[in-house]
Amino acid sequence: MNQEMTGAEMVISALVDQGAEHLFGYPGGAVLPIYDALFEQDKIKHILVRHEQGAVHAAEGYARSSGKVGCVLVTSGPGATNAVTGLTDALMDSIPIVCITGQVPTHLIGNDAFQECDTVGITRPCTKHNYLVKSIADLPRVLHEAFHIAKSGRPGPVVVDIPKDIQFARGLYSKPREFQHKGYRPKLKGDLAQIKSAVELMRHARRPLFYTGGGVINSGREASHLLRELVKATGFPITSTLMGLGAYPASDPQWLGMLGMHGTYEANLAMHDCDLMICVGARFDDRITGRLDAFSPDSKKIHIDIDPSSINKNVKVDIPILGDCAHVLEDIVRLWAASAKHVDKKPLEAWWQQIAKWRARKSLAYRNSNELIKPQYAIERLYELTKGRDTYITTEVGQHQMWAAQFYRFEEPNRWMTSGGLGTMGYGLPASVGVQLAHPGALVIDIAGEASVLMTMQEMSTAAQYRLPIKIFILNNKYMGMVRQWQELLHGGRYAESYMDALPDFVKLAEAYHAVGIRCERPGELDAAIREMISVDKAVIFDCVVDPAENCFPMIPSGRAHNEMLLGDSAVSAEEAITEEGKVMV
Amino acid sequence: MTATSHYPAATIAQQIETHTLSVLVDNEPGVLARVIGLFSGRGYNIDSLTVSETEHEKHLSRITIVTRGTPMVIEQIKNQLERLVPVHRVIDMTVAGPHLERELAMVKVRGKGEHRMEALRLADAFRARVIDASTESFVFEITGASEKIESFVALMLPLGLVEVSRTGIVAIARGPEGM
Repeated sequence: MNQEMTGAEMVISALVDQGAEHLFGYPGGAVLPIYDALFEQDKIKHILVRHEQGAVHAAEGYARSSGKVGCVLVTSGPGATNAVTGLTDALMDSIPIVCITGQVPTHLIGNDAFQECDTVGITRPCTKHNYLVKSIADLPRVLHEAFHIAKSGRPGPVVVDIPKDIQFARGLYSKPREFQHKGYRPKLKGDLAQIKSAVELMRHARRPLFYTGGGVINSGREASHLLRELVKATGFPITSTLMGLGAYPASDPQWLGMLGMHGTYEANLAMHDCDLMICVGARFDDRITGRLDAFSPDSKKIHIDIDPSSINKNVKVDIPILGDCAHVLEDIVRLWAASAKHVDKKPLEAWWQQIAKWRARKSLAYRNSNELIKPQYAIERLYELTKGRDTYITTEVGQHQMWAAQFYRFEEPNRWMTSGGLGTMGYGLPASVGVQLAHPGALVIDIAGEASVLMTMQEMSTAAQYRLPIKIFILNNKYMGMVRQWQELLHGGRYAESYMDALPDFVKLAEAYHAVGIRCERPGELDAAIREMISVDKAVIFDCVVDPAENCFPMIPSGRAHNEMLLGDSAVSAEEAITEEGKVMV
Repeated sequence: MTATSHYPAATIAQQIETHTLSVLVDNEPGVLARVIGLFSGRGYNIDSLTVSETEHEKHLSRITIVTRGTPMVIEQIKNQLERLVPVHRVIDMTVAGPHLERELAMVKVRGKGEHRMEALRLADAFRARVIDASTESFVFEITGASEKIESFVALMLPLGLVEVSRTGIVAIARGPEGM
């Protein structure tokens, strides 16, 4: 049934028909007709953020924790440009977002009108796709197509730029129906011959390893379930990227911990020494591979990915399987079950013995203190005191993020929201707003650094407005910790501009935002303070004052291979370990 | 031991190759900007680019791109292009099989006397047509492979070459099959 309505009403109808319940946004001149349409309905709840970057990050947290598309509404010009960081973040981490931007009326486009910018031009490289809608007749199709593109294939952000006159114009709206896009058709099922060759390699592997990533999470809960089934059935060890944490339970003995620049010793050495790498939904990012020409030199590599451009981009693989993780894993599980009887278990036992030796190195060990709170200790206690609960963790970017990834143990997918690809400081606080809205009864904690969190601190006001009891757990070392660590290791300890002078009093800041402030400076008081934070039914800013000199280890220095890691108590000084060439890398 | 880069290009020394890609796209606003933006944003080369709508009812355009890179980069370019929503198909003509490549150029030459006669004689030898003439100038139209046009232009240089306008390369596969 076609219904006549305005463009603004079509936006609302499309959101409703696509199953959206929340819309993160900020009004402005070029979207006022849509806000007017929002005012007259109660199906979509609008969440007023305090900055458009916050709107996109909140929508990302919402999407990542719920598996739904996150929806954003911002105005033209500065509204759109402020959203760019969030959109780029969503593109890098493959988060489904539909972002509606207002635009100046069609006849003014190109005239440098007030609050005009070339939104589709600016957002072209930072979206999966974008549209400028110049005719009301196109609007319903474009809106539904935007959702389809955002959530299918490798998910990502889609921008729909709607000039103000199109929002006022009247036209016919039709509900979404099953449709085939003219050209865009992501492939879900993997090639069966390739999958058979992969299973054949797995059967004969002596030192196999699963290397999994965010693609497993994006593929849905079924993919995580199938991954667990396959890992159990094979008995192979498994490691994961930052983005993939939670797809496989951290409590399981086959779990080696995270890999990469700050990954565990056992995970990275297993990557280096394995003879078969089974990459599921990960993309051989430079944080993972380290020095490329020394990356896992003796392994055959299987790569399952839905995005053909991720395959053979950085690392040449032997068996590429183009398809959705869940679909491909389902086939592998089935084929493995049929052929597993004939697998020789002996080499695998030897491989596990080798891994046990690496594990015994205890690469995450740190020297605890009775005087100062060690940041690792703070995360460990936070984990212990929250593990039984319905908990979701978001982070900012830096040392605290890596410590959270190392010391907080995730058992389920969609519980861990972090900015991996873009590395956006200020992601965690607004993301926790989105997560809390998607999961009203849950305990949502932003593990933050005091520098990152100040970048989007204004979103505390959003949390206050909607009474969201988010917990901002700040590991406060009074430095931009990761910058300071790199300056210590690479630049002779010259801490140029990385000291956070004149920090606010976070307890008073919390109070100013109608939240509760807690400060903790002694290890002995930490448990009680964390318990208090959990029990408060309001937003909390927890100022956890930690050892300012602590570094994040293990670490693969720039330009080094997996088997050249720096450990916390390593005999080699960091200065010696990093070469001149390594210093120029990031 | 020398440390090398985190970044792929520096570590794998492969031969640089030139490839011709045919890209079938929806002829919608911004599609060319998407393709070009992909090349500039990811640091790929464009040696030549042509674009025009080729199927009007379906609003399909065909873009022919000549690019350079290692085999791994060429494969990336193809995959990245295919990832763009309005892109229907990408064919690497260089690996797909025998194909034809042609370019059209218009060449303006100014001169009198013997230079003018020589230009006409050479044009005849190259099967270039005169499409405009004045008492002191010619405009020649020449089609062919890029090398042929290059050598024609080089010959015109001492005879009073004024300017050249070229279409860039278009390509099509030999045989009965379409793209």
